[in-house]
Amino acid sequence: MVDQQQPEPSTGSRLAVAKTYKLYLGGKFPRSESGRTYPVFDSAGGFLANAAQGSRKDARDAVSAARKAFAGWSGATAYNRGQVVYRIAEMLEGRRADVAEVVAAGEGVDVAAARNTVDLAVDRLVHYAGWTDKVATVFGGANPVAGPFFAFSVPEPTGVVAAVAPRDDSLLGLVSVLAPIVSTGNSVVVVASQTRPLPAIVLGEILATSDVPGGVVNILTGSPAEMFPWLARHGDVNALDLTGADPDQRGSWERDAAGTVKRVFSPPPTDFTRSPGTARLRAFLETKSVWHPTGSLSLSGGSSY
Amino acid sequence: MDWQYASAPENASIGRVKPRYQPFIDGVFADGSGADAPTINPGTGETLAQVSQSSVADVDRAVGAARAAYTDVWGPMSGTERGKYLFRIARAVAERSRELAVVETLDNGKPIRESRDVDIPTAAAHFFYHAGWADKLEHAGLGPSPQPLGVAGQVIPWNFPLLMAAWKIAPALAAGNTVVIKPAETTPLSLLVLAEIFADAGLPPGVVNIVTGAGDVGEALVNHRDVDKVAFTGSTEVGKRIQSSLAGTGRRLTLELGGKAANIVFDDAPIDQAVEGIVNGIFFNQGHVCCAGSRLLVQESIAEEFLDKLKARMATLRLGDPMDKNTDIGAINSAEQLARVTALADVGDAEGAQRWSPPCVLPDRGFWFPPTIFTEVSQAMRISRDEIFGPVLAVLTFRTPEEAVAKANNSPYGLSAGVWTEKGSRILGMAGALRAGVVWANTFNRFDPAAAFGGYKESGFGREGGRAGLAAYLDSGDY
Repeated sequence: MVDQQQPEPSTGSRLAVAKTYKLYLGGKFPRSESGRTYPVFDSAGGFLANAAQGSRKDARDAVSAARKAFAGWSGATAYNRGQVVYRIAEMLEGRRADVAEVVAAGEGVDVAAARNTVDLAVDRLVHYAGWTDKVATVFGGANPVAGPFFAFSVPEPTGVVAAVAPRDDSLLGLVSVLAPIVSTGNSVVVVASQTRPLPAIVLGEILATSDVPGGVVNILTGSPAEMFPWLARHGDVNALDLTGADPDQRGSWERDAAGTVKRVFSPPPTDFTRSPGTARLRAFLETKSVWHPTGSLSLSGGSSY
Repeated sequence: MDWQYASAPENASIGRVKPRYQPFIDGVFADGSGADAPTINPGTGETLAQVSQSSVADVDRAVGAARAAYTDVWGPMSGTERGKYLFRIARAVAERSRELAVVETLDNGKPIRESRDVDIPTAAAHFFYHAGWADKLEHAGLGPSPQPLGVAGQVIPWNFPLLMAAWKIAPALAAGNTVVIKPAETTPLSLLVLAEIFADAGLPPGVVNIVTGAGDVGEALVNHRDVDKVAFTGSTEVGKRIQSSLAGTGRRLTLELGGKAANIVFDDAPIDQAVEGIVNGIFFNQGHVCCAGSRLLVQESIAEEFLDKLKARMATLRLGDPMDKNTDIGAINSAEQLARVTALADVGDAEGAQRWSPPCVLPDRGFWFPPTIFTEVSQAMRISRDEIFGPVLAVLTFRTPEEAVAKANNSPYGLSAGVWTEKGSRILGMAGALRAGVVWANTFNRFDPAAAFGGYKESGFGREGGRAGLAAYLDSGDY
């Protein structure tokens, strides 16, 4: 498994081409503007690769990209969003084998277990692909108000969400965090697992080829402790998902969020192998209530304004 | 011939206002350990009653009573039984509605017409609506077995004292939580009368506890370690402070904060109805409404005609005795709030906007501010950015729907918005494009317990009313 990540000494006449792992921002794969990288090790401590060590500037660029993408993504039809999320599942399915290898290397599980994780991640994406066009029906509806008004409530995406991916569950945890955020029409900046970033970077490659518009998902690698406070305080970030944050980080970042009244989703420890409920889907939805009189033709005998 | 209305004052004695009120803890009215403080009738500036103030120790006692009631009585009780208590309360509020309306108007300064026709009936409706949820929580869309959170600590503002109490208490109790609630220090009376109704309804002691006092008591309540859920309605500034102080505690929080709503009038709007809606949007409750339509965006092509009609309508508004049934605009709630409104309006002058008020005689006692509009307003001015929370309207213009949306959304707030046009597709398009929790189209300031209410952005998070509102008081457990 390691030989895909790390340049082997020449075997015969051929030297393997080692890969440079980068960030995924705005649909592109830049290096960190800081020029920094950090080494990523496998579970046994062996060198796997260098990953980009994202900076405050990278985090801000990611927010800009996410904001830019938000209007188009949230304005797309739910049917379209569902197809795109399903397309991610298709592409991940197609790369099961190599994704399983990076998962196995990082998490120290055997390849069979890693494949199972990848399969669950594919299934999770399929699950959320089916939610996009049901969210409004299930969580919105007509309000039977006591007056001559047509009143309805619809869920709408909150906006740009900054998320910390789980530290250990580097693929399934990440997908379980991302999928509900984007399925409901939000755009996201996620800080990947610091110690196990490679599945996230490979997922970025999959997203880039999955019809997901650039900027809808932005993946930062590096230190959450270094980058996330800037995201938590950023005026153009609407909400935080602290699934992967330490308890003490949560307190600090929740405090940062208060400056701009951000929504904060800070769930209890979660077993991502279980099928999910709807808390994650609901976490970054606003409810908008719209009222209109029904009496303008005097048909219902009520107020006309 | 003089066609003025004869005055038609409501009888103050119907309010049965007592000389002194006490906090309500564990089913008992008893003195708080703070000193007494007066509550003022804003319409006259005179002391209405003395209110025994709570201290931090009283908050502790109230939370303890709520915890015990949650553990022993309210938590284990079936939803059917909880619902029956709430139905009883709804009925009793309706039965005592005239008394409550009088108390509310005397203590708050709002016109009796509004307390009688809006505040009290809507408060009763909230109890009635939520009563029906108590035994149907598994159908609320929050997973198969949503659980109450425990003790809810609630802090409510002075603009709709009884209505805000109903918004907070009814869903909390329906979901199986118990409550400690603090009314604003300037308007505690109607909630303390509601406590009598709780007692009469046989609500078990400790299920709802009312502490009195100012910000320090509220702070002790929201930061109390045995409170599981905090709900706050009030200023964005205080909301941010609460969110910050709860960070890392795991306690649940919902915030209903300020607003600076755009009321958008297109050139094809039904003009007379739009004028009425603009007036209702900003002058209802003296503009002491977080969702007040405080920014008028009028399409340039009709701005002149529209403003003429608006001014003509404003000239007919009757300002004065809140207890008079003909009064449209009552008193500003407190001397402090009057100072704030006055100061912000003065900033409007200083920044170059044009102030206009109809000829209007202000009573010589009490706290008063005339209905006021500012024209020649730019988006950068404080009167078009800051929440004034008074009867002050900032008027801006626009040319295209895109410009209207951009200007409306150009605010850190996102609580409500209004759209006035006869074109259906434009209404729905605007409703989708506006980043606000409530969009009123060809109407304004409509409230109903069945319709979710709450903000986007810095207007807060969480909803009140409807299924979405119940979520604030339940742990779905379905992560």
